[in-house]
Amino acid sequence: MRRLGSLALFLLASIDSVALSAAPQPPQHGEELQITANEVGHYGGVLTVGQRSEPKTLNPATAADAPSREVIGRLTADLIHINRASQLTEPALAKSWTVSKDGRVFTVNLRHGLRFSDGQPFDADDVVFSFELYLDEKLHSPQRDLLVVGGKPIAVEKLNPFTVRFTLAEPYAAAERIFDSLAMMPRHLLEKSYQEGKFAQSWTLNTSPAELAGMGPFRLKQYVPGQKIVLERNPYFWKADRNKNRLPYLDELVFLFVGNEDAQVLRFQAGDTDIISRLSAENYSVLSKDASSRGIQLFDLGPSLEYNFLVFNLNDLAAKNLGEIAARQAWFGNLKFRQAISSAIDRDGIVKLVYAGRGAALWGNVSPSNKLWVDQSLPHPSRSVDRARDLLKSAGFSWKGENQLVDAQGRPVEFSIITSTSNAQRTKMATIIQDDLSKLGMNVHIVPLEFRAVIDRVFQTYDYEASIMALGGGDADPNPEINVWLSSGGTHLWHLGETKPATEWESQIDQLMQKQMVQLNYKERKKLYDQVQEVITANLPYVFLATPDILVGAKNNLANFKPAILEPTTLWNVEELYFLGGTGPPSGAKQ
Amino acid sequence: MKPRKKKSKRKLIAAAIFLLALHLAILLAGFVAPCPPAEQNRDFPYVPPTRVHFVDARGHLHLRPFVYPSAPRLDRLYEYTEARDQEYPVHFFVAASEYKIAGWLPSHTHLFGVDTPAQIFLAGTDNYGRDQFSRILYGGQISLAAGLLATGISLFFGVLVGCISGFYAGWIDESAMRVAELFLVLPWLYVLLAVRAFLPLHISAAQTFLLLVAVIGTIGWARPARLVRGIVLSARSRKYVTASRGFGASDAYILRCHVLPHTYGTLLTQAALLVPQYVIAEVTLSFFGLGLSEPMPSWGNLLANLQQYNVLVSYWWMFAPALVLVLVSLGYLTVANAFHQRLQSGSIE
Repeated sequence: MRRLGSLALFLLASIDSVALSAAPQPPQHGEELQITANEVGHYGGVLTVGQRSEPKTLNPATAADAPSREVIGRLTADLIHINRASQLTEPALAKSWTVSKDGRVFTVNLRHGLRFSDGQPFDADDVVFSFELYLDEKLHSPQRDLLVVGGKPIAVEKLNPFTVRFTLAEPYAAAERIFDSLAMMPRHLLEKSYQEGKFAQSWTLNTSPAELAGMGPFRLKQYVPGQKIVLERNPYFWKADRNKNRLPYLDELVFLFVGNEDAQVLRFQAGDTDIISRLSAENYSVLSKDASSRGIQLFDLGPSLEYNFLVFNLNDLAAKNLGEIAARQAWFGNLKFRQAISSAIDRDGIVKLVYAGRGAALWGNVSPSNKLWVDQSLPHPSRSVDRARDLLKSAGFSWKGENQLVDAQGRPVEFSIITSTSNAQRTKMATIIQDDLSKLGMNVHIVPLEFRAVIDRVFQTYDYEASIMALGGGDADPNPEINVWLSSGGTHLWHLGETKPATEWESQIDQLMQKQMVQLNYKERKKLYDQVQEVITANLPYVFLATPDILVGAKNNLANFKPAILEPTTLWNVEELYFLGGTGPPSGAKQ
Repeated sequence: MKPRKKKSKRKLIAAAIFLLALHLAILLAGFVAPCPPAEQNRDFPYVPPTRVHFVDARGHLHLRPFVYPSAPRLDRLYEYTEARDQEYPVHFFVAASEYKIAGWLPSHTHLFGVDTPAQIFLAGTDNYGRDQFSRILYGGQISLAAGLLATGISLFFGVLVGCISGFYAGWIDESAMRVAELFLVLPWLYVLLAVRAFLPLHISAAQTFLLLVAVIGTIGWARPARLVRGIVLSARSRKYVTASRGFGASDAYILRCHVLPHTYGTLLTQAALLVPQYVIAEVTLSFFGLGLSEPMPSWGNLLANLQQYNVLVSYWWMFAPALVLVLVSLGYLTVANAFHQRLQSGSIE
């Protein structure tokens, strides 16, 4: 009997895997679907995407790495969403919201009749529960920092089953943007594990798909370790096109784990994957050689929001046993020294050689593609070795023998730049800078280190002299940058752990950043942020270098593909994507 | 047998001349190379090898070779055309950037060069517009020196341990040979990676180089030690050794005059085998980013560019260091083979 039973089970299982993904549910009465503006498509098809590494978890409140967030973002939804194309906020699970006059109280009205991907209803209890998780100090959720405004966590209250009130301790500019990407989680599935104190261990990659439900366009179907993660259509997703076809169009979304960028390119070239994002300029030009014959389209979306920079170690080293570095800090701390370096660096050469011309030189922290916030009046001085020499001379440096720069005490100027081996582009930048600075008589060593070792040196041990790193890229708004510029910020890399601003200009930035944070008027805020950018460029805590273009590719027959410069660049509208000449049933869910 | 012997002799001479010429060119890299190894020409990244012409665009024959300057194509990045408006003849013994002959005597004279704005890149340029031909020559200084020095270290320890072990036999021999076996079964690549990982990172290029050589050399002593031990073991029981011992000769005298000469042939063969092996060891370490860092060239550094897919498929001249490496290895192995054959025929006769 037992054998028969297992045979039956086996048969059932095989039928199940042959069966098509769940069909989209017809719209229910009273269900407040969001109607999208996209071109109406066909149902069907499997979209395959290459990922460089496996996600570590599927838990939205603990995931910190990019691959995990990329997958989780397709499984879940947020209340208020930043449209990646327009960079503006738009309603998502929240139908609408109101803000009190003082900018502190947000009343959010949820859509009625929505269901999680397991068919259970979604309401205000789930919202309150989700925020309880994000704000729980014991869980160390990476989102928690964002939700603490003015030193106090946001207060969340359920007013009725479809209305939630959020109260901030002080006004916060563009506060609705913090709701973006905060996934709403199902209370009915997670409350038990949370109360037992096991929430951090729930929703791993090995969780069975039945125990995992979200509000995103897809739900988990299968995870094959080391190979792929397969998502299938969420039949209850809350968006529909203008013909009332419930989205998404695609049956399945597959993330293939392929390793590195080159492997990603090879798989895309071979047609194994349908979309490629985060392409380097060199691989972009390799792909563009036979793009039309392979049926692929490539997009250069212009400069990204990230900024690459050279940073000098200005940390307080008194407690560390790093005498040699501490002695060199006399140079690094000298503004003229940093200005001379900035003046000697060939940024156009970096754009040309590192990004193959697909990038933009930077003189400040805001990318030129961030039109809303970039300070257009910032000076863009061209490269000048002579000016650099003058600056060094006026700072007491001189030259000895065959062009060897020495400081006022006669010590030869020599330092090392650490870069991450995982990022070939930053190592290339270092090689160019090394050559540029050799023209000033500086002896620069490049030390490529494993990524974790770089992070450890920069954040923990301070055992480095200079490093090339990148920041930004998350959002166009200035607020996520607060951690970088406030003297107490966690990514205030050049001088971490300042209890009070170490310099006059750092305290000036602190004041300006704090002022812009509570300023609700865009024009006033822009003025303040312009001043921040001016103070930064005048004092060069970072020597800004360049930003790469966002380069992506997709198969020609993928429709509604609208890549954007904000992450996730290609999959942000995955529910709208469909394949031309669709394989599935004709559009229009039959009532 | 005779014609084969003749053929192998011809091969040996050809290989020896090739190796000699190459080593000389590499030793005098500053003179042979037209550019300093780290000089970046940022307007000329990934230029294919400059073609040296004898016949110009109008079909006229020139006795003196000439080049056309490379002009970047405006429509495609990193692609070039020859600007055929004007010929730039190749001059010999030209004055250009300063270098030091064999790292000591300053000089300005280069073997060849062309007038600006033309450039002569015999093996193309890399991502930074650095002349690959010059970099291969300068890189050869590092890679070959590493191979030769490490071979010296290996043979020194090999002879030392082999002699002691073979001559004194007994427990000394037993323990030394067990240690040698231990070294032989070590997967050397992983050992090198592990040892390199323990070394400090903030050290100068010269120190890195010496450490590299020391590590490579010390790992490889076991095989020569075993060979030398075998020869010493058989030589020490020869009658003339016993005889000279009877005359009161010291151990050192016997070793030097009666035993060691037997090992010379084997040592030469070993050296010819080990040099290319150690050059490749250096290349492997540098390829994985554990050798010398930018802008110092070594053959491994140069080949590391090929780790990038786009370089692999787009710029064929980046394979040039691999070609040189193959030729050097072939040269040394031919020499080793010839030594080996002579040794065998010698011992038969």
